[in-house]
Amino acid sequence: MSSVETQTRPVRLALLGAPNCGKTSLFNALTGGRAKVANYPGVTVEYRKGVFDLPDGRAIELLDLPGVYGDTGKSMDERVAIDAVSGRLENERAPDAILFVLDAAHIETHLHNVLQAKNYGLPIVLVLNMMDMAARDGLNIDIPALEQELGIPVVNCVAVRASGRAHLLDFLTEWSGDVAYGSAPKPSEERGEVREIQQRARSATRHAVSRIPQTETITHRIDKIVLHPVLGLLILLAILFVMFQAVYTWAGPAMDLIDSAIGGLQGAVEAIIPDGLLQSVIVDGAIAGVGAVLVFLPQIVILFAFILLLEASGYMARAAFLVDTLMAKVGLNGRAFIPLLSSFACAIPGIMAARTIEQEKDRLTTILIAPLMTCSARWPVYFMIIAAFIPQGRVGPFSQQGLVAFGLILVGILFAFIMAFIFKKTLSRGESGGLLIELPSYKTPVFRDYLMGIWDRAMIFVNRAGRIILPASIIIWVLTTFPRNAGSIGETYAGMLGNILLPILKPIGFNLEMSIALIPAMAAREVAVSSLATIYAVQGDGIEGQMSAVIASQWSMATGLAFLAWFVFAPQCLSTFAIIRKETHSWKWPLFAFGYLFVLAYAAAAVTYHTAVAFGLG
Amino acid sequence: MSQMPTRLTDLARSTSTRILGFSSADEKLEIRLRDIGFAEGDRVEPLHFGLFGRNPMSVRLNGAIIALRREDAAAILVEPANT
Repeated sequence: MSSVETQTRPVRLALLGAPNCGKTSLFNALTGGRAKVANYPGVTVEYRKGVFDLPDGRAIELLDLPGVYGDTGKSMDERVAIDAVSGRLENERAPDAILFVLDAAHIETHLHNVLQAKNYGLPIVLVLNMMDMAARDGLNIDIPALEQELGIPVVNCVAVRASGRAHLLDFLTEWSGDVAYGSAPKPSEERGEVREIQQRARSATRHAVSRIPQTETITHRIDKIVLHPVLGLLILLAILFVMFQAVYTWAGPAMDLIDSAIGGLQGAVEAIIPDGLLQSVIVDGAIAGVGAVLVFLPQIVILFAFILLLEASGYMARAAFLVDTLMAKVGLNGRAFIPLLSSFACAIPGIMAARTIEQEKDRLTTILIAPLMTCSARWPVYFMIIAAFIPQGRVGPFSQQGLVAFGLILVGILFAFIMAFIFKKTLSRGESGGLLIELPSYKTPVFRDYLMGIWDRAMIFVNRAGRIILPASIIIWVLTTFPRNAGSIGETYAGMLGNILLPILKPIGFNLEMSIALIPAMAAREVAVSSLATIYAVQGDGIEGQMSAVIASQWSMATGLAFLAWFVFAPQCLSTFAIIRKETHSWKWPLFAFGYLFVLAYAAAAVTYHTAVAFGLG
Repeated sequence: MSQMPTRLTDLARSTSTRILGFSSADEKLEIRLRDIGFAEGDRVEPLHFGLFGRNPMSVRLNGAIIALRREDAAAILVEPANT
C-alpha cells in the first residue's frame, strides 16, 4: 500500500463492452488518441493502448478492446478482449480495473453483460454512454437505484462531448486512487448460468429504468426505406456506384494540380543539377516513381471518405444485412461482408477483421477470397490503364472510365463468390454460422473523428510512397540504367531479369517493360505504376507527365486490357501473404492463395489478350 | 401446451410478442442468442425481412435492433404480448 507504487506506474483501466457502445469514441476523446472510430461490430480487432491525465494531473493508462457479447469468447476478437481482462494476454499486464461501457439506449438488452463482467474479479464501474440519445428516446435511468441493484458504481457519460465526460473524469479521480491502493471494492461474483444472470439484469432494469413507449425512432423510419427488400438493395447498389463514380469525377482537378507540381519539381531539379547520373536518379528515379503514385492521393482520399462515412453513420451493418442472403448462397457467413468491404481499402485489415467470424471454416474462406476485392493499391494501376485506353466520354450521366472501373470491381467480387463457393464445397467444408449482428442506431459522425480517420488513411498511403515506392523506384532506376553501355532496355540488369519472365508472360501479351515492372510490384501493387514510370523515363529521354499518355503510345489496346485483367486477380503483395500466414498459423494457406491467384490472373490475362486480338485490337 | 408453440419466424411484420423461451437443441446457439440480448419476457417484434425467402430478418428487441437468419430465429419461441 505504499504511495511509491502509485507513482511508479499509472493505473491501467480496460474499456470493455458490446460492439458499437462507443468505447472507441470514449478512448479517442479521453486520450486525444488516433484510434479509428466505427459504427459496426468488430472494427477494433486489436486492442489499443493510450494515456490520459486526470484533472489532478495523475496519468491513467487506457486499453481499448474489441467488442464482446457475453463471456464465452466465441470469435477470435472476443477472445482477445476476454484474455486481456483476465490477464492472459501475452506481454501485457492485466488491467487494474474495468470501465464497462454500455450504450444507455440499449440498457435493457445488454445489462446482463455487465453482471457477467463482474466475474473477471476486477473492480468495475458501469459507464452509461450516449445518455443524451437515450434521453431523446424517452429513457429514464435512476442511477442510484441501478447502483443498488448491480452492486457496482454507475456513471453517466456522453463520450463525444467534454461536458459529457466531466462527470466520468471526476469519478475516476476519486476511484482510480482507490484502485491504485487496492481499496476499491472487488465486485461480488455473479453465480449461475447466463439465463439466471439475464433474469437478475432484467429485474434490475425493472427497478431502475423506465421508458416512455415510442412507436418510432428516427432509426426505425430510416430503416423502413434502407432495409426495404427491393429498394434497400437498389440504394446499396446506388451508394457503391456513386462512390466509384465520385472517385473518378471529383478527383480530376486535384490530380492535375499534383501532376503539374511534380512536373514543376522535375523541371526545377533539372535546372539546378547538371545532366548526368545524379540528375537522372532524382528526376527519373525518385520523382518519376513516387510522383506516379502520389498523383492518385485525391482518389484514395475520396474512396476512404465514403467508406468511413458508411461505417460511422451506422449504414455498414445494414449493408451486411442486405447482402446476407447472397453470402449465404455461396456458403459464407453474413459477417464476412464487413471484412470483405474493408478489403477494398486494403486486404490486410480485411483479413484481420475476419477474426470477428465465429466459424473457423468461414473465417478461412473469407481470408482466402479477401485478396480478390480490389484493394486501393490496385487503383493506381486501374487508373493508369483506364486513362490510357478508355476514352473520357460519358454514357448518359456516367463517366465511361468510372463504368469500366466499376466493372472491374464487379468481376473481382463475382470471382470472390465463385471461389468461396468452390472452397466451401472442397477445402473448408463445414457448418456455416449465422448473421446475428446488432444494427446500430444511425448517428451523425463525429466530425473530428471522421477527419482523423481520413487523414490516417491518406498518411498510410503517403508513407508507403516514401517507405516502399521511393526505394523501389531507385532500385528500378539502378537496374534500368546499368550497365552503362547497355544499348537498349533489354541489355540492362532489369532487362535481363525481365527476359527470364518474358517467355511465361509473352503468351498473354505482356512486353518486356511489363515483365520488369511485375518483379518490384511484389512489394506493393502500385509499384507497378512507379516502376513503369521509371522504366519509360530512363528509356525515352524526357518523357514526362502522365504515365497513361506514355502507355497509350507504347502498348496495344489488347496488351493494356490484358494487364488490367491480370491486376484484377494478381497475387502480388507480399504483406498480404505475410498476414495470411500469421492469421492461419501455417504456410499452407498463403502458398495456396498465391497459387490460385496466379492461375486466375494468368488465365484472365490470356483470355482477355486473345479475345482483344481477335477483335483486331492487337 | 395443447398447440405448437409460436416461433419468432412465424410472425408477420410489426407483431409485438414476448419471448417464452428457446427451443434449440443446439446449446451454443442459445448462448449466442442470450449473449446478444434475447431473454425470456423480452418484447420482440419483427421489423424487416430480406428479399429472398424473407431471410435474414431484423427484430426490435427492447431498445436495440438485431439482425439474424431465420434458421437461428426459429429457435426463439414467443407468445402474444398482452399490452
